Amino acid sequence: MNRLLLLALQIGVGLAGLGIWHVLTVYPVLGETRQIQFFFSTPGAVLSRAWAEMLTPEIWGHLWITLQETVLAFVFGAAGGIAFGFLFARNALLAAVFDPYIKAANALPRVVLAPIFALWFGLGIWSKVALGFTLVFFIVFFNVYQGVREVSPVVLNNARMLGLNERGLLRHVYWPSALTWMFSSLHTAVGFALVGAVVGEYLGSSAGLGYKIHEAESVFDVTGVFAGMLILTVFVIVIDAVVTVIENRLLVWRPQAGGQG
Amino acid sequence: MEGSRQGSSEAASAAATPLQAAVRLDAVSIAFTLKGGKRYVAVEGIDLAVRPGEFVAVVGPTGSGKSTILNAAAGLLKPAAGRVEIFGQPLPRLNARAGYLFQADALMPWKTALDNVAVALEPQGVRRAEARERARAWLGRVGLATFTDRYPHMLSGGQRKRVALAQMLIRDPEILLMDEPFGPLDAQTRQIMGNLLLDLWAQNRKAVIFVTHDLEEAIALSDRVVVLSAGPAARVVGDFPVPLDRPRDISEIRLESRFHDLYREIWSCLRVEVSRAYAGGPA
Repeated sequence: MNRLLLLALQIGVGLAGLGIWHVLTVYPVLGETRQIQFFFSTPGAVLSRAWAEMLTPEIWGHLWITLQETVLAFVFGAAGGIAFGFLFARNALLAAVFDPYIKAANALPRVVLAPIFALWFGLGIWSKVALGFTLVFFIVFFNVYQGVREVSPVVLNNARMLGLNERGLLRHVYWPSALTWMFSSLHTAVGFALVGAVVGEYLGSSAGLGYKIHEAESVFDVTGVFAGMLILTVFVIVIDAVVTVIENRLLVWRPQAGGQG
Repeated sequence: MEGSRQGSSEAASAAATPLQAAVRLDAVSIAFTLKGGKRYVAVEGIDLAVRPGEFVAVVGPTGSGKSTILNAAAGLLKPAAGRVEIFGQPLPRLNARAGYLFQADALMPWKTALDNVAVALEPQGVRRAEARERARAWLGRVGLATFTDRYPHMLSGGQRKRVALAQMLIRDPEILLMDEPFGPLDAQTRQIMGNLLLDLWAQNRKAVIFVTHDLEEAIALSDRVVVLSAGPAARVVGDFPVPLDRPRDISEIRLESRFHDLYREIWSCLRVEVSRAYAGGPA
């Protein structure tokens, strides 16, 4: 399809959605507008509130906190996932022994840990980092475990025939293979790091985007909630774009989907 | 002609023993344990000796354990019985004096052509800059001078084989083991690769075991063609010298009448096994 036409249609859908929202909340179609606006606000109010927020230094402080939590959760979660993924993939006994516990821990909905983390690590950023960690760790762990286990046996045998020892194999075969799998889950992992941060803030904190939204919600400030969500969405899109750039840099060797050979 | 069919490997290696064999398989049997605990004997009582500088092709029907023999010579598989000797020494584990060219793509997909070749020098302790320099020279010799920075997925099947060839040869191994290396390539590319291989081999003759199911390719390349029986428990059923002159152009040599005579002679031996393999065999 024509790219311009596609773009026009995409923008059209967005405008139509905003238009419907605007008409239903600004004009008395469904009843008294004041009442409806209490529940749904209006697109104009949300946009102008979000814009006004962006001009205050306060929101950047909240964004900075959330960004810190996200990055820390990702870094620690990924490091732990890589370390344990490697360890378990190279040690079958360890993997077999811990298998039921890993599965059980992964099955647990991590949100229920948030109050405990708040108790252990306080209401600062570390309880959010801990929550994000539990989410990121398992994604990276399973991917790295898989990546190391599923190294092509031909590539492995070839590398061994070239005379590479265990250290050489680790460096030239296992490590790049595991990294590939980790990077292929990068978007999900970063996304979960952010979920951990925001949910943690939402459940108990004094700073961050999740706190900001929760604060607006507790005084029935629907415009504030939507404005917070909008800022959060833009934040996520920016982070995702950065991840895409990093991914493309690191995985240049990988064939593009559909363009094999 | 028909009489030389059973020129057994013992006779052939006895005639060739002034020099120590580069690879000697002595009554080698290899078995696998299948799922459910059943034992599958792939090859049984294989005797094969390859002199230094000799190019031996191994042909046989599908499932005759051709690759199994190579893996035993490479040390990737332990024989259930028999001995594997490399230059007179029993093979303890991996064969460090051999290079192996696999049928499937064996390059590291995350390394460029240059790095794939250069990494082969790392175990010898060659410094990185020097390894890359020598790798560049080798890629030039296999005709890929302008493709050094490509990743494997950006290369054609034939080009990937050239990289793999350079990767194997840069270490200067004394024995070359090749497992249907040109199998996945199209007919023209196979001939070009065959000529390239003979060219490089002629400059520095190593002992070669070249496994293929293509008899034409086997005769065109080798000094000797060894025929395996249909599996399971495949044995050596024929051993034929190939007295064709070198250097050869493998696309031309197929047109010569001596080539045809050899082909007919060896095929009469191989045909029996191929039809047995397709009839299903005892398995």
